[in-house]
Formats: sequence, structure tokens, C-alpha cells
Amino acid sequence: MPASLRELRARRASATNIKKITRAMELIAASRIIKAQQRAREAAPYQAELTRAVSALATHSNVDHALLTEAENPRRAAMLLITSDRGQAGAYSSNVIREGERLRELLADNNLEVVPYLSGRKAAAFYTFRERPVAGQWSGFSDGPTYADAREIADSLLEAFNTPSEEGGVDEIHIVYTRFESMITQSVEVIRLLPLEVVEEDEPPAPDELLPLYDFEPNAETVLNELLPLYVASRIHFCLLQAAASELAARQRAMKSATDNAEDLIQRLTREANQVRQAGITQEISEIVGGANALADASAESD
Amino acid sequence: MADPLELRVVSADRVVWSGQAENVIAKTVEGDIGILAGHEPVLALLAPGGVEVIQPDGNREIVAVDGGFISVARRRVSIISEYARMAEEITVDRAERALADARQRLDAGEDDEETRKAYRRAEAQLSAANKAR
Repeated sequence: MPASLRELRARRASATNIKKITRAMELIAASRIIKAQQRAREAAPYQAELTRAVSALATHSNVDHALLTEAENPRRAAMLLITSDRGQAGAYSSNVIREGERLRELLADNNLEVVPYLSGRKAAAFYTFRERPVAGQWSGFSDGPTYADAREIADSLLEAFNTPSEEGGVDEIHIVYTRFESMITQSVEVIRLLPLEVVEEDEPPAPDELLPLYDFEPNAETVLNELLPLYVASRIHFCLLQAAASELAARQRAMKSATDNAEDLIQRLTREANQVRQAGITQEISEIVGGANALADASAESD
Repeated sequence: MADPLELRVVSADRVVWSGQAENVIAKTVEGDIGILAGHEPVLALLAPGGVEVIQPDGNREIVAVDGGFISVARRRVSIISEYARMAEEITVDRAERALADARQRLDAGEDDEETRKAYRRAEAQLSAANKAR
């Protein structure tokens, strides 16, 4: 049963509106990705300098630090999920949450109790709906995280890490986030933040660029104590920035396909409406012709 | 004369300043340290305050840091601080207001890490801004 012409036209009008909205969201996301990428680039020197300093410390001194040593038998592990605050980004958040569930099972198999920390409203919604306990949650900055946001997360994770696990602390910290590889590829990644794995520079130094023999002021231990929390915060900052760029890229793609779908729908509805209109006209003509014929027949008979 | 130092001031979210310097005077937790070309490699923790940079042309720049560290490796000097800022970018009014605000919070008994950090940051910015003038 074909719908009425008026109904079809109304549906087409609403599809046109949706298309305008999704197109606008696509353009907004596209323009903000560039900014997000730029932010990630600007933060890179800080991370590089910190990594250099930590490598120098690790190579030139034999200090043991709580953040570097593995617990003998870890009992509790923290898991930080980095998701978005808003939807309209395709499977972006659910991919992270799904990977988080997998990690949860993996950790549970190793007899670790999982303590979730959540960034972004989507993860919070998932956990609240299932009434699972959450150790910490943050939101409101998923598409434009600042260093202060990272610092806040780092502070509470470090506090948990520095508490013995018997008293509610954790022995390991894992992060699930989305790495931005390119505009088309973003992949969910799991990294272990703490205990820190042996820090090596990304590129081995060239032979003529041996790490200099540093003098540490006041001493290596104090410097390491100050440095490692900064390093942890900068790692988290890095993950947040990557996640933000990935979120925007995912949103742009989702909105692009929504726009394309709306376009298809508009085309289909236009065709259908045209058909219905044509059918109406044909019917009217045949009614007129039929009526005229009937009149002609009637007058011929009476003659 | 030795080649000038290559200085880079890096905060958590950007490179605040980079260029050549002849002399860098920083306040570490152990006391002031002056760095000229040919200084031995050192990695030192900074105390909140202003770092003075003398450029080869005699210009003076002040950088406000709230801790962090300075690393010297041959000619490369890096100042790494979470919230490093050039003194000339600091508005004295705003720093004063931040300081007053933090002090008020401290007096009100909000003696947490966050407030103390804000206090130290504002103090460092203010002293750097005053040094620059």
C-alpha cells in the first residue's frame, strides 16, 4: 500500500533536515581533528625530553623505585578506559569497552581483581547500567583534554598504586585507549602503565651520541622520585590526546556515512513520491476520459 | 668563545621557548645554578621560581617554572616543567589573584596537594614577572 503523497513529502523533508545536521557534525569533527593532531604534536617534545631523562636515569644509576618494581604476587589491577563523552562516533566507545571486557577476563584468569577507572561518559554509563563498582571516573574533556586533566587522572592512579593492595591499592595499572594511526585507521590498544617497563628511547642513540654521564642534583634517587610521576602523567596525557584525535576521526566517519545514508533515503523517497503523484494524475485522466465516454455513449443512445 | 647553548623550554603541552642562550641561571632545590657553554652534563630538580636566560645578543628572558627539572647535555639545555611560561606572558594581576585565591583556600583549611601546587605556581609566576621588570 503506497503511502500518501503528503506523508512521503513530510518524510523526505525530515530526511533532508537530518542530512543537514549530520553534514554539519561531519564538518565540525573534520576541522577539530586537525587541532587535536596539532595538540598531540605540540605535546611530543615534552614526552621526548622526559623519556630521555628517564632513560638517562635508568642507565646511569642503579636505583630501585616503587614505580619500577613488579609486585611479587600482584592481587589487584587497575584498568583505565578512555572513551568519549558523546555518541555519534560509530563504534568508537564500544570498541574500547569491549577491549576492556576482554582485558578484565584476562586479568581475572590471572587471579587479579580488576579495579576500573573510567574516563568519558560512555564508559561510565556502561558501568552504571550494570551496577558495577567504579574506583574513579572523569568526564567532560574527551575531545579536548588538557594536561591538567591528565594530571588529575595520574594523581589518583598513582595514589592507588602507592597504597598496598591489602589496603585497597593496586599492583598494576593498565590503560585501554584508541591509538590514532591515520584519518582512516584507529586501533584500540592496551598498555601497561605501571609498573613501568624498562624505558628505552624510541631510537637507539647513534654511536657518536652516547648518553652523557649525568650528574644528578640533589641525587639520583630524589630526581627519579620527582621524574617518574611526571612521566606517568605525560603517558596518560599522550593516551588522552590520541584518544581525542581518534574520537573525532571516528565521529567524522560515522557522520559521513550518516549523511550518505540520508542522501540515499532522500533519493528513494523522491522517486516514490513522484510515482505516487504520477499515479494520481493518471487516475484523474482516466476518470475524466471514462466520464466523457460515458456521457458520449449516453447521448448517442438517446439520439 | 665557545658556541652558545641550545636552550629549549618545554611545558606539558607545547614548546614554550627555544633558541640560543649564553647563560642560564636556574634555581634548583639545592640552590642557584648557572650554566655556561661547556658545563658538565647535569640533571637537576628545579624549585618553583624564575629561570633567567641571557641570550648571545644580551637580551634577557625570564621563564616561570613550577618545579620540573633542567637537563644539560653538552650544548643542549632543556628546561622541563609542567606549567612553564614566559614571564612576559604572565599578567601580574591574574597571578596575584590566583595567589590570593590559593592562600584563601589554604587558610580555609583546604590543605590538599592541589591547592598547595596552585599556590606555588602562582608564587613562582609572580616572582618571575617581577624579575622580568
